[in-house]
Amino acid sequence: MTIASFRGFLLGDAQADRAVPPTGFTASLTVFAAAAMSFLAVFALALSLTTERIAERWSAELARTATVRIAAPAGQIQAQTEAALNVLRTTPGVAVARVLSTEEQQALLTPWFGPDLPIDTLPLPQLIEIEEGGEGLDAEGLRLRLSAEVPGAVFDDHARWRAPLVQAADRLRALGLFSLVLIGATTAVMITLAANAALSANAQVIWVMRLVGARDVYIARAFVRRFTLRALFGATVGTALAALAVAFLPGEATRDGFLTGLGFEGLEWAWLPAIPLLAAFVAFWATRMAAFRTLKELT
Amino acid sequence: MIDLQSVAYNYGGRELFSGVSLSITPGSFHFLTGPSGAGKTTLLKLCYLELMATSGRVSVFGRDAAQMTRDDIARSRSRIGVVHQDCQFLDHLPVIENVALPLTVNGKDPESARGDLESLLAWVGLSHQADRRPPELSGGERQRAALARAVINAPDVILADEPTGNVDWDMSQRLLSLLVELNRMGTAIMVATHDLNLIRAAKAQVNTRTLRIADRRLISAGADL
Repeated sequence: MTIASFRGFLLGDAQADRAVPPTGFTASLTVFAAAAMSFLAVFALALSLTTERIAERWSAELARTATVRIAAPAGQIQAQTEAALNVLRTTPGVAVARVLSTEEQQALLTPWFGPDLPIDTLPLPQLIEIEEGGEGLDAEGLRLRLSAEVPGAVFDDHARWRAPLVQAADRLRALGLFSLVLIGATTAVMITLAANAALSANAQVIWVMRLVGARDVYIARAFVRRFTLRALFGATVGTALAALAVAFLPGEATRDGFLTGLGFEGLEWAWLPAIPLLAAFVAFWATRMAAFRTLKELT
Repeated sequence: MIDLQSVAYNYGGRELFSGVSLSITPGSFHFLTGPSGAGKTTLLKLCYLELMATSGRVSVFGRDAAQMTRDDIARSRSRIGVVHQDCQFLDHLPVIENVALPLTVNGKDPESARGDLESLLAWVGLSHQADRRPPELSGGERQRAALARAVINAPDVILADEPTGNVDWDMSQRLLSLLVELNRMGTAIMVATHDLNLIRAAKAQVNTRTLRIADRRLISAGADL
């Protein structure tokens, strides 16, 4: 489509538009379908973007930290902790190595055992929290050094926690994108059905126009323009309503909570205007294909 | 302009006619007669490409109909004025816009031809009905409007199917005069009709050729009129 023909399409041909009589029912159907599908598309997009954002955040936070667990007889814990700290201090890429206090370890166990757990009476391992430096650390090399110099130390770089999280996030994001494709396809199907109904209802109009020399493109243009503009209007309304709904969703009580974090952040809002444009694009091609096919069948 | 060579047309497994050869040349005036159901309307439809021949060759403005695309057919029809038997219109548009339809679908501004439109409507006696909708017109008025629509774009050929079927004698003479005048200006005319008086009246004014479809053949029928 050239710029001139696109401009002509937007401005329309008053005569061609008048030749095709108004079709109230299909008009309402198209506007409603486009609005409903766009409303759903906004939520599918929010799901996809939120999943990606939260997974990246979780993954990044877990990736920057690691844990060394010292499990040794009570009399050796202190010595092995010191030995492990010495190893960590001389390991490139370790920015901070900090022994967790008894209170911190108790806080970690509280969700599971309650606040009254007498932690000092239990043979719990000592935890050392590691924060990586900018250059990153060699996890395998550190694991080998610790196993050689501190027999009771187990190094955990959180990889086994991170991998399923990233995998789940990838699947959720793919589901969100697949939902968008389904919504687009459903929109195309509904608009095609509405366009077919409108074309069939105007079989006599089409026959007369063909009789006096109208080309298929002339007749189709009137239908295509009408359905494209209806879809654009409906999708704009649906997207705006969904955007308001997302904006007024409950705020983030916890920043990493999935349900409370559903929505758009910053530039992500810029995706929304694409939805009505995409709906109009889908409507344009769906109606155009339906129009040319039906014109061949009718005349 | 329109040539049919050994054309046959089958309908519902039955041969309607065969071996039909006909040439519509610039300035010619043909009448087509024959009993009801003989295939007059079908023959006209073959000429304006609404139907395709079962066998034989139809060529319109030098192009083989069998090789034409839908756009080619549309372009050819913009050079053919058709007055259809049942006079179909766009019922939601006023008469004047229906008459202007051949102009608008071919990208011409009907406002620039407003004078021609009004003159033409006056000529067919529809000046006062210009802003009415087609369903509000009588049968005769619809036929006059159909004829006006057929001629507005100054076509090379006019194909009319029973154009005077629903009008009185005076109006049929006026419509015939319009066709004769157009024919004198070089427009080829072909009229399918049962009205022998119309044929005789035309013969008195211009050189015409009368054809009859009978027994599935197209024959010259000038002698029996």
